Amino acid sequence: MNVLVCVKQVPDMESKFTVSSDGLWYDQSDLTYKINEYDEYAVEEAVRLKEKLGDVTITVLSIGPDRVKEAIRKALALGADKGAHIKDDEAHLKDPYQIATIISNYAKDKNFDIIFTGMQSEDRGSAQVGALVAEMLDYNCVTTIVDFEYADGKVNVKRELEGGIKAKVKANLPVVLTCQLGLNTVRYPTLPNIMKAKRKELKEFDVSEFLNVEPKVITLKAFVPEKKKGGIVLEGAPDEIADKLIKILKEKAII
Amino acid sequence: MKLLLVGEYKNGNIDDSFYELVAFAQKVGGEAVAFFVAPSDIKPEFNGKVYVADVSKAKEYNPKVHRDLILKVAEKENPDYIVLSHSSYGWDLAPRIAFKWDAGQISEIVEVSDEGFIVPFCNAKLRRLLKSNTEKAVLTLQSGAFAPAKEGSAQIESVDVDVQDEGLEFEGFEIVEKGGVDLTKAEIIVSAGRGVGKKENIEIVEKLAKALGGELGASRPVVDAGWLPPERQVGTTGQTVAPKLYVACGISGAIQHLAGMKKSNFIVAINKDKDAPISEVADVFVVADLLEFVPVLTEKLSS
Repeated sequence: MNVLVCVKQVPDMESKFTVSSDGLWYDQSDLTYKINEYDEYAVEEAVRLKEKLGDVTITVLSIGPDRVKEAIRKALALGADKGAHIKDDEAHLKDPYQIATIISNYAKDKNFDIIFTGMQSEDRGSAQVGALVAEMLDYNCVTTIVDFEYADGKVNVKRELEGGIKAKVKANLPVVLTCQLGLNTVRYPTLPNIMKAKRKELKEFDVSEFLNVEPKVITLKAFVPEKKKGGIVLEGAPDEIADKLIKILKEKAII
Repeated sequence: MKLLLVGEYKNGNIDDSFYELVAFAQKVGGEAVAFFVAPSDIKPEFNGKVYVADVSKAKEYNPKVHRDLILKVAEKENPDYIVLSHSSYGWDLAPRIAFKWDAGQISEIVEVSDEGFIVPFCNAKLRRLLKSNTEKAVLTLQSGAFAPAKEGSAQIESVDVDVQDEGLEFEGFEIVEKGGVDLTKAEIIVSAGRGVGKKENIEIVEKLAKALGGELGASRPVVDAGWLPPERQVGTTGQTVAPKLYVACGISGAIQHLAGMKKSNFIVAINKDKDAPISEVADVFVVADLLEFVPVLTEKLSS
């Protein structure tokens, strides 16, 4: 079986974000990067499938500047077989339609049976790329999966809806599956596997090879929202602020 | 200007999110028509034409079929925008429609401006102003961003379900057992978030919940990590609560969590990150490491 996992490298969302000098995105310097959390579940699920079936080749793809190679290496250390880095220093300025076009142009002649990716990225969060790739390749697609099983040439998945309800869906291959948080428990890479990952194939491509479309959505500007609500902010020694908080709660007759 | 609103029919009812689409249409201006996959006798409170495809034929989840039915209505009505909620139904369907319709998609709109549509990014710490580069566009709206608007009564027109999809089969729903915990009845809820760091630290938050006489809640990462069971989860995929006091310990405040607790009467957030989006809804924001602060608070409350 031939499996593709698409991962994005994103900053830690706990970071302090400021608008970039071109006014269109966040300033990407001085941030700590990692694999998009949703995509980590995608990598893990692909590796579990390989462990179960044996005859599975996992390619991990990422689009972005040189630093995204770290994300690919991590996925290789977790058990993916080879990497594809589509180099694009301006990836953050591409819209989801362009990103999906790059992925589907890369994938179209490679006969992938299953494409796993996250249901959205932590930074942009458009939740479009997975379903768009499926449309472009004319694959089946189930988004937001929280359970996965492969049997008899089909996938059985559960997709998460609101209020604790899940939809049970059976889909034929080839299929694009977008992963929701909590799909599995992501493993940690071991040191020997990190060493082994350094020797695995990691091919670099230039984005111009795969991108042949204009964006369908344009960013006019990025900005910091005004704070909606001016709550009381308590800072200082734990002992003092605990007293202040208890005083407020008592005044409001909450406790 | 013309809008096609794609409503959701869930658990035997028209989902209230439909009236947020109606409010959005009022705000943008122009004519609106609607589409549902639902029983033919639904009665949306909406002044306009409502196309209904029979749910017994089209099924609750069958995105390619729903997509093609919507495109059929779009061909007839020729709208400028097709609008959905940014829900599990909407974010699944919208890109499929956008692709076949050859249109751009703008996801999770929170505001409308003269120049375009505003969406959050980076866990709502920043916003972007976007505009479509195509004449038509598919839009999804953040849940709760537009106050619901109900109008009069609709004219129903049925849509033939003459399309099918062999590639995918919907096999029904599974409902998570609530267990013994009903957070919706609790007057005080103290919730643990990712900031607790590890399972052993849940106890610190649990002790505070006890000292306040409240129930213990959790945000999604805590449940996903298996530190607390799913019935404790507060948020869109868990329970929606509105207690007298909600204390969020180490919870950054992803939109899915905020949607589940922002109607609480009084909200206290304890977080190291001053910019965390939970600050948007907090009445009191304690800037502190919960592992240091919460035991001190618990001690004072207990004595």
